[in-house]
Amino acid sequence: MPLSTEERRRLEEKAHELRSLSVDTVVWAGSGHIGGAMSAMDILTILYHKYLRIDPRDPEMPGRDRFILSKGHIGVGYAPVLADLGYFDRELLKEYNHTGSPLGMHLDAKKVPGVEVSTGSLGHGLAIGLGLALGARLRGESFKTYVLLGDGECDEGSVWEAAMAASHFKVTNLVTIVDRNRCMIDGPTEEVMALEPFADKWRAFGFETITCDGHDFDALANALDRALAATDRPVVIIADTVKGCGIDFIAGDYRWHYGGFDAEKTAKAKESLARYREARLAGGAVGAAGAKGASK
Amino acid sequence: MSGMTFTMLDAAKMSTAEIYGRTLCELGEAHPDIVGLSADLAKSTKIGMFGERFPERFFNVGIAEQNMFGMAAGLAKAGLTPYVSTFAVFTSMRALEQVHTDICYQNLNVKMIATHAGLSFGQAGTTHHCTEDIAIMRAMANMTVVVPADGIETAHAVRAAYARKGPVYIRINRGFDQVVYEHPDYGFELGKAVTMSEGTDLTIIACGATVWRAIEAAKVLDKVDGLKVRVLNMHTVKPLDAEAIEKAVRETRRIITVEDHTVIGGLGSAVAEVAAGTGKSFSFKRLGVPDCFSIIGLHEDLLAHYGIDENGIAAAAREMMGKDFEPDESWDDEV
Ligand SMILES: Cc1ncc(C[n+]2csc(CCOP(=O)(O)OP(=O)(O)O)c2C)c(N)n1
Repeated sequence: MPLSTEERRRLEEKAHELRSLSVDTVVWAGSGHIGGAMSAMDILTILYHKYLRIDPRDPEMPGRDRFILSKGHIGVGYAPVLADLGYFDRELLKEYNHTGSPLGMHLDAKKVPGVEVSTGSLGHGLAIGLGLALGARLRGESFKTYVLLGDGECDEGSVWEAAMAASHFKVTNLVTIVDRNRCMIDGPTEEVMALEPFADKWRAFGFETITCDGHDFDALANALDRALAATDRPVVIIADTVKGCGIDFIAGDYRWHYGGFDAEKTAKAKESLARYREARLAGGAVGAAGAKGASK
Repeated sequence: MSGMTFTMLDAAKMSTAEIYGRTLCELGEAHPDIVGLSADLAKSTKIGMFGERFPERFFNVGIAEQNMFGMAAGLAKAGLTPYVSTFAVFTSMRALEQVHTDICYQNLNVKMIATHAGLSFGQAGTTHHCTEDIAIMRAMANMTVVVPADGIETAHAVRAAYARKGPVYIRINRGFDQVVYEHPDYGFELGKAVTMSEGTDLTIIACGATVWRAIEAAKVLDKVDGLKVRVLNMHTVKPLDAEAIEKAVRETRRIITVEDHTVIGGLGSAVAEVAAGTGKSFSFKRLGVPDCFSIIGLHEDLLAHYGIDENGIAAAAREMMGKDFEPDESWDDEV
């Protein structure tokens, strides 16, 4: 179902709030994987605020939908999402990375309520998600499993082993999303290890592919609705995104995979995010093309 | 140090990985058979310095460690000498069967320089801590396992790895290490422990990040307690310097091992295997991460938390000295 104006606005505001809280978290943590957190934030927002059937007061609720952040390094983006929903005290974000804190760069399922799997080593999530999906099918449970992959992560053979199996077992209760920000640590994905023709690869592995703009809530909602309606084979959503989306001086720059913000950069990042919010609410900067926000 | 073009002053300003990158560039200049491989961690592990200098001899395979170690095996079979760098956790676990079956079994000339080892990537969280690799790697036949104490020793190890035929695993930390060696000419030799201080009351055997801490503990124990502590830097865990261990058992009768690694299977276990074979009675304690998945935090804090910093080591030494230890009279000590 298309988003109502009010729903779209609510998601835009939430995504802005969470981007801003992620910047704060990077400051509290000293540094963090800000680029990939920003590229994934609209995906996380729409999942956690529209699609996932979950209860933050009961993180282990039977029958809940499962979300696996396979690109586990974006803890500075994911922890704010969970804290904001009330999975744990927001104040804990201020102790991010501190010795003894439950929050480290990669969120730990044993320490952080709401986190289903301790990820961080790339290439694990899809196989685990596939197991969950098969388990649900076998036990007649209706929950869905969502897995968010990085595009660089898709270099791992284990991703394709899981993909092959997902289509072999005709799994339709698993939603795979790739954050296609075209960057990894050592450079742009196509320069370090070319993925293209990326959608063709997934199709060859038996997936239905949906390519959409990962910074456009209407496009994301449409893609997710289609993925959830799958009946005969698994679906992957390739979400075109921009690393560092919303922060003009890092957007699209692979070198901002990981970093810290001093006071000046923090202020600049916040100003950029504020402009970006305005532009998106006005309908001007929606989508990957507008990820740097309105210019000053 | 032969062939080393940077000064000690430079070394103090470089992270351990930077010293590795620099050393590999120098080696690469002299040996055209050296090739480099990384898996989207060229920058983080500093093998990227080699990649910039010799782009045609460097392969960034993307985030695909199993492929990388398999490729390294193939390159070695083709007569090249691959240096392969990713984080220790991925070297020792993600691609382990490739390391075992493709590299070690065939005794191929692959040098694995694994970074972010032990608890040194402490804030990254437990999935990035690597406290099992010494145990894993030393179980592999044909493998040499080196845990350098600081940057200068890393440079020695990286060079020595080239000279030694067969697979070599060198485990280094993230960031800067405390400087253990003021001068490079202390006679680094693979398989030979370095005596950092002499003593007859007790021997502390350390490797990697814990060497500096053991030395500091020994200083305190000397000053405060009047104890003469022998400190051995066991930089090569395999092949192990059995002679130095046997000598320590005979001469000090008290042995403490300390490592930034689980107490299961690593340096402590390796030392125990040799010491137990001496037929002598001795007091023994392993310090390291107990059998658990480690907590999150700064490297320094985690070392303190698990009692493998200078305070923890000194406390363990005092406790051991306090034990009423005497060699058993009826023991045939001359066996
Ligand atoms: C198995 C494994 N190898 C290497 C790494 C180190 N690493 C962390 S993030 C990253 C790049 C990830 O790129 P991508 O999947 O595209 O994520 P994004 O750009 O969305 O942040 C790498 C290589 C890792 N975490 N796991």
